[in-house]
Amino acid sequence: MTISEATLGGAIIVSAQGRIDMSNSEDFKDALMAALAGAGAAVIVDMAGVDYISSAGLRSLMIALRSAKAEGKAFGVAALSPLVLEIFTISRFNLVFALYAGVRDAVAALSPDSLGQFDAS
Amino acid sequence: MKITFWGTRGSLPAPLNGAAVRRKLVNALVKAAGLGLDTPEKAEAFCSETLAFAEASTFGGNTSCVQVDTGGQDYLVCDLGSGAREFSMAALARHGPGSPQTYHVLLSHVHWDHIMGFPFFIPAFIPGNRIRIYSCHPRFEWAIRNQSHEPCFPVEFSALSAAIEFVPLEPGTPYEIAGATVTGMAQLHGGDSFGYRIERNGTTLIYTTDAEYKPDDIAQMERTAMFFRDADLVIFDSMYSLAESITLKEDWGHSSNVMGVELCQLARAKALCLFHHEPVNDDARIEAILNETLRFEEITRTGDRLRIHAAHDGLVLEI
Ligand SMILES: [Zn+2]
Ligand SMILES: [Zn+2]
Repeated sequence: MTISEATLGGAIIVSAQGRIDMSNSEDFKDALMAALAGAGAAVIVDMAGVDYISSAGLRSLMIALRSAKAEGKAFGVAALSPLVLEIFTISRFNLVFALYAGVRDAVAALSPDSLGQFDAS
Repeated sequence: MKITFWGTRGSLPAPLNGAAVRRKLVNALVKAAGLGLDTPEKAEAFCSETLAFAEASTFGGNTSCVQVDTGGQDYLVCDLGSGAREFSMAALARHGPGSPQTYHVLLSHVHWDHIMGFPFFIPAFIPGNRIRIYSCHPRFEWAIRNQSHEPCFPVEFSALSAAIEFVPLEPGTPYEIAGATVTGMAQLHGGDSFGYRIERNGTTLIYTTDAEYKPDDIAQMERTAMFFRDADLVIFDSMYSLAESITLKEDWGHSSNVMGVELCQLARAKALCLFHHEPVNDDARIEAILNETLRFEEITRTGDRLRIHAAHDGLVLEI
């Protein structure tokens, strides 16, 4: 798994790549929590590069969502591959997270002020 | 080893009601329209070949009771939920009441749904029968003795005619029980519960119900995978979805189909059996969960295929 981060106004986009499982879910969680601490309004997780996420990775997302709610920040998960979307559906996390087809959709919904910057980037 | 499921439901019995039977009938009749099913044989073939399991049958509503046939003379059964009544009737029908038997019972814990069948366990009323009840749970003898007690039940435990013994077990210590080697493991569950590894002649069954597994507790995952290692079958509490078990129902002491697959994959187990079904779920829902679990196994498979079953009352598995 590799993680990169981009700040667009009040939103931070966390992009993950590869497999998220028991061996790296702690790092994934730390990256999400750091993004939450730095974001003014929203954190969007770009999952386009993720080809597998285990229960441990889903729990990291869950912990980040809880903190986001407590801090009054928006938290969205975007661009799931068809396979990862199936994992979300089977585990019922599709009912827990705000899911967006693409990162742009998530930005438009959760941090509209950042949309100009997103389109320019 | 032959495994017979007599009760597979979690928390409390969930009998199929008349409205559900009617829906199954209406659905089947509509699907059979014009097929000319005018003999029992044709109708039988239609039920098994065309209809889905949930359309033609039911997962049943009895609570936990699983018979393990180790090949010996004595009976071995895990938990005495409401399924124990039918188990005991089948045993009596086989031998007749005049032929005393020995019943070895492994109790996961003493929540109602796992002991409620004992007051109706007919062999306990018949002199000559021997019933040995084993558990790692610290209060299992107290619970069994006291549930058969006024004012909740009219027949006192002391009035039972069979020879009933209580055998406390220590987790982690192997014991010889009914021709098998049985080892217990403490599980995460309110009021404690214990899973059992049952081995005989190189065949291994894991019975793990009323257990919560936390996906981010690496030590617990590894300990559990070690306990499940190379099992031929893991009977697994999959009462909730993964999302429920780590959000709303976190710390309620149950697990999910997704955790079952992940743990079995980690342990290189050969088969997983979904068990302790949520009583709110109807047959169609449980079958849908089974199909989703099959798909989840397929898309997450890295080594050998893990076979998946959903337990139903009456299911027999040979391992
Ligand atoms: Zn239970
Ligand atoms: Zn329980």
